[in-house]
Amino acid sequence: MNERKPLLEVRHLRVEFPTRRGTLLALDDINLDIAPGEILGVVGESGAGKSLTGAAIIGLLEPPGRIASGEIRLDGLRIDNLPYEAMRKIRGRQIGAIFQDPLTSLNPLYTIGQQLTETILTHLPVSAAEARQRAIELLQETGIPAAEQRIDQYPHQFSGGMRQRVVIALALAAEPKLIVADEPTTALDVSIQAQIISLLKRLCKDHGAAVMLVTHDMGVIAETCDRVAVLYAGRVVEIGPVADVIHRPSHPYTAGLMGSIPAMDDSRERLLQIDGAMPRLNAIPQGCAFNPRCPQLMDRCRQDRPELRDAGATQAACWLVAETKGAA
Amino acid sequence: MTTPLVEVRDLAKTFDVSAPWLNRVVERKPRQFVHAVDGVSFTIERGKTLALVGESGCGKSTVARLLVGLYAPTRGDVRFDGQATDAARQAGELRTLRRRMQMIFQDPYASLNPRWKVLDIIGEPLREHGLVPGPEALRARVGELLLQVGLATADCDKFPHQFSGGQRQRISIARALATQPEFLVCDEPTSALDVSVQAQVLNIMKDLQRERGLTYLFISHNLAVVRHVADQVGVMYLGRLVEVAAKALLFSQPQHPYTRMLLDAIPDIHMSGRSRTPVQGEVPNPLNPPTGCAFHPRCPQANARCAAERPALLSFRGVQVACHAVQEERI
Repeated sequence: MNERKPLLEVRHLRVEFPTRRGTLLALDDINLDIAPGEILGVVGESGAGKSLTGAAIIGLLEPPGRIASGEIRLDGLRIDNLPYEAMRKIRGRQIGAIFQDPLTSLNPLYTIGQQLTETILTHLPVSAAEARQRAIELLQETGIPAAEQRIDQYPHQFSGGMRQRVVIALALAAEPKLIVADEPTTALDVSIQAQIISLLKRLCKDHGAAVMLVTHDMGVIAETCDRVAVLYAGRVVEIGPVADVIHRPSHPYTAGLMGSIPAMDDSRERLLQIDGAMPRLNAIPQGCAFNPRCPQLMDRCRQDRPELRDAGATQAACWLVAETKGAA
Repeated sequence: MTTPLVEVRDLAKTFDVSAPWLNRVVERKPRQFVHAVDGVSFTIERGKTLALVGESGCGKSTVARLLVGLYAPTRGDVRFDGQATDAARQAGELRTLRRRMQMIFQDPYASLNPRWKVLDIIGEPLREHGLVPGPEALRARVGELLLQVGLATADCDKFPHQFSGGQRQRISIARALATQPEFLVCDEPTSALDVSVQAQVLNIMKDLQRERGLTYLFISHNLAVVRHVADQVGVMYLGRLVEVAAKALLFSQPQHPYTRMLLDAIPDIHMSGRSRTPVQGEVPNPLNPPTGCAFHPRCPQANARCAAERPALLSFRGVQVACHAVQEERI
């Protein structure tokens, strides 16, 4: 990570939602790096802030949400404070986006071809005929049969899995360096999910694009990603190589999350359960946000907030890690 | 041998999705029907769990609704504890049967009335079936039920919006348990929940089954969850059962090519980096299902017979499977 300059650097990112009853802190001090060509998974339960992180990076935070502090750099260039028009040029050209629901991310009134060529013409210096040719190639690459005919069809003529392929083609249209994929397979059936995940993985490798894959599905992360960041209540609680986070989690939340997933090869009578639920944004506990649910709670967790620190191969934000480190 | 608690024979449900009469006349459109469930048979033993799995549109939720009587079947019958529900309907005895079977729905946000307090929600089946003598007894009983699902007695006077998704699903479970049913139909009870909360709900359901000998029909698209809760598993594809087997057999030796494909498609969290071969193709339009075996266009083992002749669900190698290739021992 140190030799190669990261493609995306997120530093101390803080996202707030000002409301009448006070300011809600949705993301708090998020630090992430994505190397060129790397697939970084971002997991967490509903409300952890994983989609917001993606939205902040592509500059599509819904008002009143705003970046309160911190910075986001793409290829060394700061992109979090760019004016709207400048960001618009980067979005699509340098950062592609794939959203959860392929039906709502395509315009129902335009054909697939019009949407693809529009994107290509906006970002690349090509003629209309070349753009159309490129659109057909992209559709073929994403495994859409009879691409020459289907390019003139409307989104409603495609099935869910096919639409998601179109959205992937759209995201790759201008050869971006980074793709932010927000729950790209959640709306799909398992058999289709497997197809889309392997397609996304293959295409990003072919095109050399890095991916930030936001999902709540640990299985998808395990199969796809190089590294994974676990989010809880707006903070990164653990980050590291995917095998280490899954097999040797350092943070009790990661351990609980892994234990609560019924797996195909276990014969446990009961699943490990984490009691309680994720705190609401207006009631994030003092100290470590996980402390009311943590099975290994210590006094210190209620007062002081742990920061990310090295814990073996991963980094975890937990006092347990600090304790063992300090003793050693 | 005791009789199974639930016995379903050749159950079918057809929905009429034709265009309105005037359009049919003017535009010469034909009548159209969706065979949502097409000849499904299974039994569930007392105290056991049968899980139905399948992808969207395979008819698993329709089976659930047919079983509890939310839909009337087009064909076939459901016997509950030896009694045909159709006959019971005609004799006006369906109410007594309904008390013994309850349902838990998928979306805990949509299945609880937002204007009712928890006391009214859980108390409704108790009042409806006349199971409690008065308001004090009702409150006491609801409190008891809340405790059983891990909530507090004081939650009686709250509204559904004051609870999280997992807590709401517990309220749904408490409501389903109110009439002390023997049989619970659970239609994707954890699909709308986060994994840590899903674990809480699944654990409660298993504990309740152990304590009270409940029988479950558990509907899910998540095979890992099914493997955790089920005794028997039925795999559905386009309205038909393609394989029914004991859990251990289904997961260790899947027979039907569709079952094999589903098992192969599950992302495995413990074998990081393993590659799998996704099966091509998608679920066909149920309005116009393929001839013969509905799975044949996606099946790597399909031949001419599969395209022409629909396989029946037959016992084979210790499981029930509807596949020519398996029966001809081609796979």
